[in-house]
Amino acid sequence: MNKTVTRVLVAKYDELPVRVGQAIKIGEHEIALFRLSNGDVRALENKSPHPKGGVLSEGLVSGEYVFCPLYDWKISLIDGKVQEPDQGQVKTYQVEIDGDHVYIVF
Amino acid sequence: MEKRKLVMVGNGMAGVRTIEEILKINKDLFDITIFGKEPYPNYNRIQLSNVLQGEATWDEIIMNGWNWYKDHHIQLHAGESVIKIDVEQKRVYSDRGRVVEYDELILATGSLPFILPIPGVDKQGVIGFRDIQDCKTMIEAAKHYKKAVVIGAGLLGLEAASGLVKLGMQVDVVHLMSHIMEKQLDATAAQMLQKELEAQGINFLLEKETVAILGDECVKGLRFKDGTEIEADLVVMAAGIVPNVRLAKESGIYVNRGIIVNDYLETNIPNVYAVGECTEHREIVYGLVAPLYEQAKVLAENLCGIREKRYEGSVVGTQLKVSGVDLFSAGEIYENQTTKAIKVHNEWNGVYKKVLIRDRRIVGIVLYGDTKDSTRLFRMMTQKQDISDMAEIVFLQAPGQEASGNNVAAMPDDEVICGCNGVTKGTIASAIQTHNLTTVEQVGACTNAGRSCGRCKSLIAHLLEHTLGDAFYQTAQKETLCACTDLSSGELVAEIREKGLTSIKEIMNVLGWKTEEGCSKCRPALNYFLGVLYPEYEDDRDSRLVNEKMHANIQKDGTYSVVPRMYGGVTTASDLRKIADVAEKYNVPLVKLTGGQRIALFGIKKEDLPNVWADLEIPSGYAYGKTLRTVKTCVGAQFCRYGTQDSMSLGIELEKRFERLDTPNKVKMGVSACPRNCAEAGIKDVGIVGVDGGWEIYVGGNGGTDLRAADLLCKVKTEEEVFDIVGAYLQYYRETAKYLERTSKWIERVGLDHVKEVLCDEEKRKELNERLYRTLARYEDPWKKAIEDETIRHRYYTKRSIVVNTK
Ligand SMILES: Cc1cc2nc3c(=O)[nH]c(=O)nc-3n(C[C@H](O)[C@H](O)[C@H](O)COP(=O)(O)OP(=O)(O)OC[C@H]3O[C@@H](n4cnc5c(N)ncnc54)[C@H](O)[C@@H]3O)c2cc1C
Ligand code: SF4
Repeated sequence: MNKTVTRVLVAKYDELPVRVGQAIKIGEHEIALFRLSNGDVRALENKSPHPKGGVLSEGLVSGEYVFCPLYDWKISLIDGKVQEPDQGQVKTYQVEIDGDHVYIVF
Repeated sequence: MEKRKLVMVGNGMAGVRTIEEILKINKDLFDITIFGKEPYPNYNRIQLSNVLQGEATWDEIIMNGWNWYKDHHIQLHAGESVIKIDVEQKRVYSDRGRVVEYDELILATGSLPFILPIPGVDKQGVIGFRDIQDCKTMIEAAKHYKKAVVIGAGLLGLEAASGLVKLGMQVDVVHLMSHIMEKQLDATAAQMLQKELEAQGINFLLEKETVAILGDECVKGLRFKDGTEIEADLVVMAAGIVPNVRLAKESGIYVNRGIIVNDYLETNIPNVYAVGECTEHREIVYGLVAPLYEQAKVLAENLCGIREKRYEGSVVGTQLKVSGVDLFSAGEIYENQTTKAIKVHNEWNGVYKKVLIRDRRIVGIVLYGDTKDSTRLFRMMTQKQDISDMAEIVFLQAPGQEASGNNVAAMPDDEVICGCNGVTKGTIASAIQTHNLTTVEQVGACTNAGRSCGRCKSLIAHLLEHTLGDAFYQTAQKETLCACTDLSSGELVAEIREKGLTSIKEIMNVLGWKTEEGCSKCRPALNYFLGVLYPEYEDDRDSRLVNEKMHANIQKDGTYSVVPRMYGGVTTASDLRKIADVAEKYNVPLVKLTGGQRIALFGIKKEDLPNVWADLEIPSGYAYGKTLRTVKTCVGAQFCRYGTQDSMSLGIELEKRFERLDTPNKVKMGVSACPRNCAEAGIKDVGIVGVDGGWEIYVGGNGGTDLRAADLLCKVKTEEEVFDIVGAYLQYYRETAKYLERTSKWIERVGLDHVKEVLCDEEKRKELNERLYRTLARYEDPWKKAIEDETIRHRYYTKRSIVVNTK
């Protein structure tokens, strides 16, 4: 079976603020996009892994982590893993940067 | 009996130790006066290296704070030098024109960095490494410049270089010899050390003789004898130290290299003594504290009339305080015909050990990479133990058989744990038992162990752990701000202030944060501290948590609530109409009255927030902030028959004056116009109650989690006085509370009486209010700003929707 790869243009790199998450809706996907201090751009599903839910885009960004704005869980922006002592996993999306264009790859 | 007058010149490590020893023997013998050139109380000079390397704070290196002098009735003239001694009249003269008579005089003037006799050393940016000022200069230079050169690869030079690298500078170490630390290490150990330091980022230029320092006013570079040159923005001279003897010499005291003293630390002049690095004893000048402390003890006894023990000279061992480096050296370094060496060189593990033996006795030790044997070998050396039947097994022990090292349980009682102070395991263990000591600091205060270079602190901790068991863990923990730092919030603020740090990033860099950009606990706290310390501080919005960042309260479904300001709980028909219109226009699912006498709109989408605010045209009520929330008022004299005062107008004015101010946690106020107290002012952070002829001011009340009735702070006559007191109170709370500490907890911690005392002082009140109003001037309405500022809307309040076909 053939798997097609879709790239969706989501933002201009220069317009992405550093350390401030951006909420993006692509079709059915709710995504939180983060530009880090080191220049990388990372994307997570915009949904707190906490059982009570919530968004992640407004969380405090520190290095390669975001703190859940509602329950203060620390979540890796690299692999979506919730850090100790809490547990959980957030879905990550692949990001591609091409010149000034930032894409999410499905 | 009248006390004798004891004067000491020099407020450094050896001198103050002498005073401590005297006080231990007899507190009442002397009237003590100390002159110290540096404007600080006695601090731990050794640990300047640790401060530079970010491993200790300024506070931590103070050994005897200002209060110590006060408590012991010692007259300290800090920042004042003695410039002349009249040994006939027995008087000293200071550079501030002070003349003090003495019965006994101690000279403890230490050393000065040896400044090479070459052209250019007087340029700006050329310094030694000796005192707090030098250290501050380096930390400051690292902020503005890139390139540092350290001249001299001895102990001081390497510690300075390592610190400068950690401060982000590019560092060259210039050394005259072919290997570094040649006074303490042989070539093999030196090469191992050099490799390690190179890996840490230090560059070495060996066999280079500096002949000139280049530049105009400020240093620009160095020239070497071979004609080559290098660039430099900062030059640290660490080519050695020279005893500071000028004062003694000019006063007719006999001086060779140092001030000559006998075994009782007496100079050639009666009643004049010398101790520390400025002395020369049996032709030796010392540069490490251990022998100086031995001198201090003998001198103290002598001054107290006990002439039993002589000072007969010391054998010293050296360690280097650079993290990642473990080395120890003592006695002779180089082999010759009369010595035999035992050596182990494990290139695999990076360990090198050499012991030099003459006539069956250890005369020299060099250890690199593993110094566990150092105390044991050093003891064998100083006690001149016969080693013929133990020799080479010293090194290659099977695992688990280590006789000493970190295994404190197995150490004999007479083994020295603190080399600087010569304190044995037995002394520490019995002090722990008899004085119920639980922390390393207490052990230091009691026995002096660990108070100098600090290397043995981990051993002391092990010993505490071993002696106390579990009790140790419960007491040893201090409350740090968060896991990113070892500092408590009080220590942090002191550090920020002391070092003049002005941004979160700088704080994290300079104070050695363990995480890259902090966490959700320290970032908001640091942002808050900076805002308090500097009225003009520019807020770092992205270091605030969601509600304060968004200027709205996030709800569990990711929507927000909006609460417009309603000063004093008083509103108008037109404001109500606007609120109603917004509620309809945005399909607001819930409109509710809050506990603070205002109206909240719940369930607003993030991307609608700026539009909602624009439609409302009312400032933010800050219902989300650690700031003044509401001032609840009763109707008061305007309408109520009991009212004695106009509570509404006072409440409105209070809210207008103090709104938006960042505080450690939220602040709620209430104003009632009579003691019936309909505004429930008795459970507010600040509660005002009108009485005949004035107002009562209550503080520290809380109606929430830690329910607490407010305390009466004072009674005043006019509204102006209310503003004056409340303003000063708020500012004092801001400056002294821990971050997130409500007034109810804070007032119990610092004490109501203390707060009263501060606020009674008119001068202090004035200063507090000045700082407060300067801070207040920096705020503007955040909703209005969001409406007007496109970038803010773009950063915080947009949601992109992209319609795609992802099939
Ligand atoms: C960076 C650094 C690291 C060190 N590391 C170690 C180590 O790891 N281990 C170790 O054992 N030792 C170490 N030392 C050495 C140790 O600090 C000194 O041996 C010790 O401080 C000497 O004590 P002192 O009292 O003789 O002199 P100081 O501590 O220098 O005190 C002398 C004081 O007298 C003041 N003074 C001088 N003249 C006058 C005057 N006319 N009037 C008034 N005041 C005057 C000076 O300003 C100074 O404050 C280190 C030193 C430095 C600088
Ligand atoms: S507190 Fe007193 S003045 Fe105010 S409303 Fe109640 S009764 Fe009236």
